[in-house]
Amino acid sequence: MTTGHFKEGIAGGRLSSEAYADNFSDLHPPLDHHEALVESDRCYFCYDAPCMQACPTSIDIPMFIRQIATGNALGSAKTIFDQNILGGMCARVCPTETLCEEVCVRETAEGKPVQIGRLQRYATDVAMGEGKQFYSRAKSTGKKVAVVGAGPAGLAAAHRLARHGHDVTVLEARPKSGGLNEYGIAAYKSVDNFAQAEVDYVTAIGGIAIENGKALGRDYQLSELTKKYDAVFLGMGLGGVNALRAEGEDQDGVANAVDFIAELRQASDLGSLPVGRRVVVIGGGMTAVDAAVQSKLLGAEEVTICYRRGKEHMNASEFEQDLAAANGVTIRHWLQPKKVIADGGKAIAIELEYTAMKGDKLVGTGETLRLAADQVFKAIGQSFVPAALNGSGQAIALENGRIKVDGEGRTSLAKVWAGGDCVVDSREDLTVSAVAAGRDAAESIHRTLMG
Amino acid sequence: MADIRNNFIGIKSPNPFWLASAPPTDKAYNVERAFKAGWGGVVWKTLGEEGPPVVNVNGPRYGAIWGADRRLLGLNNIELITDRDLQTNLREMKQVKKNWPDRALIASIMVPCEEQSWKAILPLVEETGADGIELNFGCPHGMSERGMGAAVGQVPEYIEMVVRWCKQYTRMPVITKLTPNITDIRKPARAAKSGGTDAVSLINTINSITSVNLDSFSPEPSIDGKGSHGGYCGPAVKPIALNMVAEIARDPETHGLPISGIGGITTWRDAAEFLALGAGNVQVCTAAMTYGFKIVQEMIAGLENWMDEKGHRSLDDVIGRATPNVSDWQYLNLNYIAKAHIDQDACIKCGRCHIACEDTSHQAITSMVEGVRHFEVMEDECVGCNLCVNVCPVDGCITMVPLAAGTLDQRTGKTVEPVYANWTTHPNNPMAKVAAE
Repeated sequence: MTTGHFKEGIAGGRLSSEAYADNFSDLHPPLDHHEALVESDRCYFCYDAPCMQACPTSIDIPMFIRQIATGNALGSAKTIFDQNILGGMCARVCPTETLCEEVCVRETAEGKPVQIGRLQRYATDVAMGEGKQFYSRAKSTGKKVAVVGAGPAGLAAAHRLARHGHDVTVLEARPKSGGLNEYGIAAYKSVDNFAQAEVDYVTAIGGIAIENGKALGRDYQLSELTKKYDAVFLGMGLGGVNALRAEGEDQDGVANAVDFIAELRQASDLGSLPVGRRVVVIGGGMTAVDAAVQSKLLGAEEVTICYRRGKEHMNASEFEQDLAAANGVTIRHWLQPKKVIADGGKAIAIELEYTAMKGDKLVGTGETLRLAADQVFKAIGQSFVPAALNGSGQAIALENGRIKVDGEGRTSLAKVWAGGDCVVDSREDLTVSAVAAGRDAAESIHRTLMG
Repeated sequence: MADIRNNFIGIKSPNPFWLASAPPTDKAYNVERAFKAGWGGVVWKTLGEEGPPVVNVNGPRYGAIWGADRRLLGLNNIELITDRDLQTNLREMKQVKKNWPDRALIASIMVPCEEQSWKAILPLVEETGADGIELNFGCPHGMSERGMGAAVGQVPEYIEMVVRWCKQYTRMPVITKLTPNITDIRKPARAAKSGGTDAVSLINTINSITSVNLDSFSPEPSIDGKGSHGGYCGPAVKPIALNMVAEIARDPETHGLPISGIGGITTWRDAAEFLALGAGNVQVCTAAMTYGFKIVQEMIAGLENWMDEKGHRSLDDVIGRATPNVSDWQYLNLNYIAKAHIDQDACIKCGRCHIACEDTSHQAITSMVEGVRHFEVMEDECVGCNLCVNVCPVDGCITMVPLAAGTLDQRTGKTVEPVYANWTTHPNNPMAKVAAE
C-alpha cells in the first residue's frame, strides 16, 4: 500500500513538516522598507483617484501612499484606519485585482498597478506592530449597543460605536472572534494568527466587551436584545451552506468547503489534517479556490474544481483562478454534480453532467463524466439562516433570503440595524464591504441615539 | 556618419565630452579609467600652490536630493581643491598625457590672487604637456573663505586681472571657469574676455544646503552636528546653467567667446542642448559620479545618432544653432496662440492635468463629461500655459497645438492674426513704441 503523498483515501501526513510550513507561508510576503518606498514612488497621486472610488471603504489611497513615501508610515496607517479599522486584514484578503488595483492608472498605462494592497499592509503593520492606537473614546453617552457577530461587520460597527462613546457588547457564537477572518480565509492569506491580533487591536479602544460562545436563537433572542439595549446591530454572516442537490451527497468524504477551511485555519498541526488523494471541489467562487488550493498544499495528488458555467462566470477573480492553476489545481467548466459514487459508504468518485446554455437557461446535456474522488467539497455558496432571528417577537423582513435593510443599514425592526453578508444590499460579499456596512450602520445608530 | 571630433580653442579631443575638474579627475587612476571608457578629455582636479596641500573634512562631503525611485537629481559637495601634493599631481598629469596624446588634458588651477603665485605655478603646469589651463573662479565653499575660487569669480576686476597674468605668463590656452553665485553672469564673462581669456567654462556649483536633519537639526552633509553650504550640481542645475550659457552666447560683448558648457549634463540630449545654445563642448561630473564613466558611451552614441538623423555632419553644424532663438520676453510673439490637446488614447485618466489647472491655473480641463471620468481641454478657457503638459505622467499625451492664423481663439473671441506682434508695440504697454508718422 502506498504511503505519504500517494496514500489512498482521506489521510493526513502526506507531506513533510517542512513542506507544510513552506506551503502555508504568507501568500504575499510583506514589503520591506525599501520595497515600500520604491513602490510608493510609483503612485501618481491621482485627482479623485479611481482606486479610492473602487474601495468599498473609500480609503484615501493616494494620501496613504504619499505618507509612506514621505516616511510617515504611522500617518499612513491612520489615513487607512480612518475609513477602515480592519485595514490590516483587508490589505491581506481584499481581491485588490478587482477593486483598487484594477482601476489604478498604472494598470491602464503599463498593466502593472501600484501594489496598493501590499502598501496598505506595510503601513498597517507598522502601526499595529507598534501598538499605536489612533482613536480614543468620546465621553460616555450611557447608551448600550449590542452587536451580533464578531466578524468584519460587527467589529467595524463596534469600533465606531465605541469611538462615539457608546458601550458595546459583541455576542459571538464561535469560540474565537473575527468571523470569516478567523474561520473563512485560506491560511496562507492570514498567517501568524493575524485575525486575533486584529481583534485585539480593534477592541483596545475600550468600551467593547466580546462574549464568545453566545449564539442568537440558542443562547438569547433578538427580542431580549432590543429590550436590554438601546440599539442592536446584526452582523452574523451566513450560517448555511447550499446543498449540491446531487445523489449521494451524504456519503463519507463529502464535506462543506467552509468547514474544511475553518478546520484548516484552526489546526495546530497541518500534518494531522486529513485530505483526499483525489479531491473534487464543486463551485466557482473564492471559497472553491481556497478549498482547492489548500487541498493541494496539504498534499492531495489531484484537485479539480468543477464549475457549472464558463470561466467568465466564475466569482473567483482572475488572480484567484491563476493562483489555483499555479498550484496545480485543474479548473473544469460546464459541469454540474449528479451523483457521488461510494464504495462501502465512502466516496470514490463523482459523476458530473455537462451543461450548456439553452437560450438564457443552464441545462444539462445528458452527457456525463466520472472523476475519481475520495473527497468532495461543496462550495456552491452560502445562505442566510433566518430561523435564529425568529425565536420571539416580531419577524424581521427579509429579501431574497437575507435581511432587508435600507441605505443606512436599518432593518424593518425598530432599534435593529444589520450589515455584512447577512443582508441584501448593493455591496459584494467581501470583508471590506462588510467593514463599510458595519461602519456606516454604526454612524446611523449614533445619529439615531444622539438625535 | 556624424563627425563628433572636437576642436575647442585649438585643443583637440575625439569627442566633446570632457570630465569637469572634480573628484573623478583627482588622480591618474581615475583619469586612466575615464579615458579607457571613452571620455574625450579631462580637466584635472584643481591644483593649489606648492607646499602643504589643503585638508578636507573627514566626514560626509556630499549631500543630495532625489526624485522618484531615489534617482539622484541634485548633488552638493563641500570638498576642496586637490588635497594631494602638487608635484604628485604634475607627475601623474605628465604621464597620463603621454599615455593618451589624443585626449585633452586641462589643468585646473586655484592659487592666491597674487601675481607671483600665478607666475610660479604656470611654468610647472606647462611642463606637464597639458593642453590648457582652467582658472577655478567658481568653487563656492572653503576656498572662497580664503579669498580664492568664487571670491575671485564674484569680482569682475579680479577675474580680468588674473586672466591677464595667466595670458602673460603662459602660452597655454586659458579657460576661465565662472561661478553662478552672482547676479549677472555677463559681467564676469566680459571681464574674462577683457583680460584676454580664450574661453569661459560654466557653471561652477551653486551655494546650497541640500537638507536639514530633523533629528539633530544639523544641515546635511553634517560634520559633527554642523554643516556649511556646499556647491550644488547635477540634473537639477541644468536649466540655470543653460540660461547662463545662453546669456553669454548672445551678449553682444561676449558673443563668439568660446564656452565650455557645464551643469547637470547627464545624457547626450543635455549635451546637445548646451551645444545648441552656444557651448563649444561640455564638461560632465555628477552623471559620472552617479553612474560611473561608462555613461559617456551613451552620450557619444546618442549624439552621433541624433546628428545622423538630423543630417548634422559636424559639431559646428550644431553649436550655437539655438542661440539666435533666445530672446528677451518683450520680443516674444503675442500673436502666437496655442491650446493644450489631450490625446484620449494615450490618457491614463490620472486627472493630474485637471487638478493642476483647476486649483492653480485657468479651470480649462474637465474631469467628468456626461457622468464619465474624462479629461478634455476647454479651449474657451485654455491660455496655453503648458502646466498640464508638465504634470502629465505620460510622455506625449498632452501637446500644445498652435492655432493657425485666421482661426478663432475661443477664449478671446478674436481671430488669430497672421503677423508677428510683441509687447513693445502692444496697446496695453504704456511704453509702447508708436511707429513714426
